Amino acid sequence: MGNINGIAASSGIAIAKAYHLAVPNLSFEKRTIESSEEEINRLIEALETSKKELEQIKENAKKTLGDEHAEIFSAHLLVLSDPEMINPIKDTIETEMVNAEVALDQTANMFIDMFKNMDNAYMRERAADIQDVTKRVMAHLLQVSFPDPALIDEEVIIVAEDLTPSDTAQLNKQFVKGFTTNIGGRTSHSAIMARSLEIPAVVGTKTITDQANKNDLVIVDGIDGKVIISPTEKELQSYQEKQGQFEKQKREWAKLKNEPTKSADGVNVELVANIGTPEDVSGVISNGGEGVGLYRTEFLYMGKSQLPTEEEQFNAYKSVLEQLGEKPVVVRTLDIGGDKELDYLDLPKELNPFLGFRAIRLCLERDDIFRVQLRALLRASVHGNLKIMFPMIATLEEFRQAKAILMEEKDRLISEGHSMSDSIEIGIMVEIPSTAVAAPQFAKEVDFFSIGTNDLIQYTMAADRMNERVSYLYQPYHPAILNLVHHVIEAAHAEGKWAGMCGEMAGDSIAIPILLGLGLDEFSMSATSILPARTQIRDLSKAELVGYKDKLLSMSTADEVEQFIREKTNQ
Amino acid sequence: MVERTITITDDTGIHARPATVLVNRAGGFESDINVEYKDKTVNLKSIMGIMSLGIPKDAQIRITAVGSDEEDAIQAIVDVIKNEGLGE
Repeated sequence: MGNINGIAASSGIAIAKAYHLAVPNLSFEKRTIESSEEEINRLIEALETSKKELEQIKENAKKTLGDEHAEIFSAHLLVLSDPEMINPIKDTIETEMVNAEVALDQTANMFIDMFKNMDNAYMRERAADIQDVTKRVMAHLLQVSFPDPALIDEEVIIVAEDLTPSDTAQLNKQFVKGFTTNIGGRTSHSAIMARSLEIPAVVGTKTITDQANKNDLVIVDGIDGKVIISPTEKELQSYQEKQGQFEKQKREWAKLKNEPTKSADGVNVELVANIGTPEDVSGVISNGGEGVGLYRTEFLYMGKSQLPTEEEQFNAYKSVLEQLGEKPVVVRTLDIGGDKELDYLDLPKELNPFLGFRAIRLCLERDDIFRVQLRALLRASVHGNLKIMFPMIATLEEFRQAKAILMEEKDRLISEGHSMSDSIEIGIMVEIPSTAVAAPQFAKEVDFFSIGTNDLIQYTMAADRMNERVSYLYQPYHPAILNLVHHVIEAAHAEGKWAGMCGEMAGDSIAIPILLGLGLDEFSMSATSILPARTQIRDLSKAELVGYKDKLLSMSTADEVEQFIREKTNQ
Repeated sequence: MVERTITITDDTGIHARPATVLVNRAGGFESDINVEYKDKTVNLKSIMGIMSLGIPKDAQIRITAVGSDEEDAIQAIVDVIKNEGLGE
């Protein structure tokens, strides 16, 4: 029994058994054996079971992630059948008369060391593949269960230290009802994925993996950021009620699905969604999104062994544009680097990756990569309402250079006989303070701004958003942030351009009234936040909020701002 | 025995996915098929063997086949290398 607080990362209530997604204890003892034949049989059995599991994981991955991603499991399967791997293990058992665990460990370590010492970073990373495969076999030898998100076939709550993007990609919504992790925040990768999968999640609990035992009944309260382990009958009942209410609320929201977003005094704003893959579009439509305000294209590049081809990208962009028809789709060009790495690009490790070689900085230097993406986008533009946005722009020169490359590719495609839309808007993310400050100069050249608050806040406050010890500095309502946002919006409007926001802040119920008052035109958020936001905006008077603007901008602290808004909007 | 020399052109060298295809293809022949790189020779039917060579871009590798179907085998391997965009 226990009640743990964490960070509400994805709303809703989930109730199910705990399932630990952690590497089990694989420690073993060295034993002298009597019969090498028996020991080898044990090894073969563990290998066969592992192969069967990998076959199934491969099949699942094909369905959920596509053939390309599933291929890595073919390589894993080959390792388990490889005589170069298996024979040395058998030899060690026979000659040294030791148990299979020792022999497996020795042989695997020999290969792992060999890979780790290679010159090529890609090959060094392959040590992790050998480790992965070996751990599975070891788990079977020791007869401890080896967790595998793709193999789950009953309703569970995932309990883990953290979830990697590939872990989350393997989650099956039919069985995974929610998840909770030790680390992470509202903007960490796992939290964002939870919202796009629409499963309740509580992250940053620090201790959940120690507190929840396998098969304990667990409640994940993604509304208030709580996890309850082995609830009492009374607690269970009250949460089932809360779950029912949430479902009812969701049905209420659903009534606004096809309604426009209008404030109480009749002013229209646009509510659009953040997506990562073409599969996310159905969630945008079912949640009443008026378009896509941020399509993160990184996912096309992640979790694979090479760059995606122009054709692969074209198909993804085309699919998103077609599904949304006339509705706008803002595609952000590749934002890799920082905390998002690509093994196959072999980029040097940086001391300060968020301030380093990432996003547009990388694309302008590696224009071979950039051009392929731009070509795919331009070709796809005939299939819908495309807008292109460059990330991490710090100077006007960067924007001009990126735009020039885009225009070159456009001319080249035209001369190759391709057709494309001639009304593609070209804008930038405003996430670097220098760009926010220089917004009036930018506004003369760009078609739109989208304020990326996750990064803008961390750069303005000089606080790493992944570092829990400085997380108190992550203050979206800080007057410094509000003044920057206001400055950007005013700059856009002075040139007849529009300004949107695509950070987490855009879907926040305290920030929404502020942003409405500051004149924001477009709010881009997780699809599941759209209907609650629309409900909220229908009760807000824009004229009244505009009246608070000067007062808010001159306030001294984030708390003061929050108190004021809570009072005025009864929250 | 038949042999071919190939230059690897892929940016990441012979990486996991094409190596998998090569091993699977080699496994279909009776002949012994080996790869030689930097004085080290490994069995092409072994994924660990190939990966352990850590063959990078611009590497020159020598492929040999010995056995009843050696001609077909070496041709099939060279085809895979070309089709996968690994080298020429």
